[in-house]
Amino acid sequence: MFTWIEWLADQLIFGLLGLAPDTHLGAALHFFVYDSVKILLLLFLITFVMGIVNAYFPVERLRSFLQRNRLFGLEYLLASIFGAVTPFCSCSSVPLFIGFVRGGIPIGVTFAFLITSPLVNEVALALFLGMFGLETTLIYTGSGILLGAVGGWVLGRLGVERYLSDWVQKMAEQPALTEGFEEDGQTFRGRLPGIVQEAWSIVRGVLLYVIVGIGIGAAMHGYVPEGFFEQYLGGGQWWTVPLAVILAVPMYANAAGIVPVIQVFVAKGIPLGTAIAFMMGTIGLSLPEATLLKKVMTMKLILIFFGVVTTFIILSGLLFNLIL
Amino acid sequence: MKTIKILGTGCPKCKQTETVVRKAVADLGADADIQKVEDIQDIMQYNILSTPAVVIDEVVQIKGRVPKAAELEALLKA
Repeated sequence: MFTWIEWLADQLIFGLLGLAPDTHLGAALHFFVYDSVKILLLLFLITFVMGIVNAYFPVERLRSFLQRNRLFGLEYLLASIFGAVTPFCSCSSVPLFIGFVRGGIPIGVTFAFLITSPLVNEVALALFLGMFGLETTLIYTGSGILLGAVGGWVLGRLGVERYLSDWVQKMAEQPALTEGFEEDGQTFRGRLPGIVQEAWSIVRGVLLYVIVGIGIGAAMHGYVPEGFFEQYLGGGQWWTVPLAVILAVPMYANAAGIVPVIQVFVAKGIPLGTAIAFMMGTIGLSLPEATLLKKVMTMKLILIFFGVVTTFIILSGLLFNLIL
Repeated sequence: MKTIKILGTGCPKCKQTETVVRKAVADLGADADIQKVEDIQDIMQYNILSTPAVVIDEVVQIKGRVPKAAELEALLKA
């Protein structure tokens, strides 16, 4: 599928610019062109597919489904999967959170959605697919969804409702709104331009980050010696995982910027589990998100929420290092 | 006169929506009062799950996306 991009990069860098494939500059530029084109293409395809899924299963539909059906625990998984396929926008997470609470959805299920939504998103998927291949992408996605479901369940069991902001608690006490979901009756053909436009606007929105991220990755690839990180950051000692995650949580990086750099880390000797845990920490939890959530939660709940998710990210990182 | 409320906490899409709405109203020369609602408690009165949303005369017409100009014009003429 990507051989033509390889060919394109060959022609451009080795042919047109006349650089040799075995020089640092030639290798770095080739990597940069090839990866940028491939990832932008994947990103467009994935956002397009997600757009189609979302047109037919909007989040309103999930809410009304969860209100009507008893699922004996599967609701956590369902909410988490939904979080993965919904394009994430941090500004939507607060209305969504309240909307779910108000609709009488258990708080743990709401958290399952809230954890997975930033963790597994279209940008992260496209980059993972482009830089690590299908297997790693599936592992990342699967573990992200599982982490959301389990994390949500644990938070639900902790009975954290009492730590919501007062006004949200009052809203939760009101009789649940049971407004059903209405189809808006648009045809697929009618929706298509909107979906393409939306996909394009997501790609355009992260274009710069992708290019900068891949640029940094490409530069590091050509110039950082093999085994560099292994030598300085330790190979696979268990404590590197918690350390990586704790460093990652306050950082706020767009997936587009962080994956190419992580790919270099892995190529130069950092274990994949540590790298995935680091990645989850940066994009799954962030200070801006905490600021937004402060409107609906007390500080205590934010700390519990971040604490639980951080713990699970560390555990999954350790697990990956063991099994991969 | 119509009252148009744009619900959104200040994300890029919400700002984009405000621009689109203001332009549509100006283009049509419609008699409308445009308000930007940014307070989350006020926004949640409208039972929406995703922002931005456009409310015309207290009815939620568009939610979770930036409306198209043609769509707004149809709503404003109604």
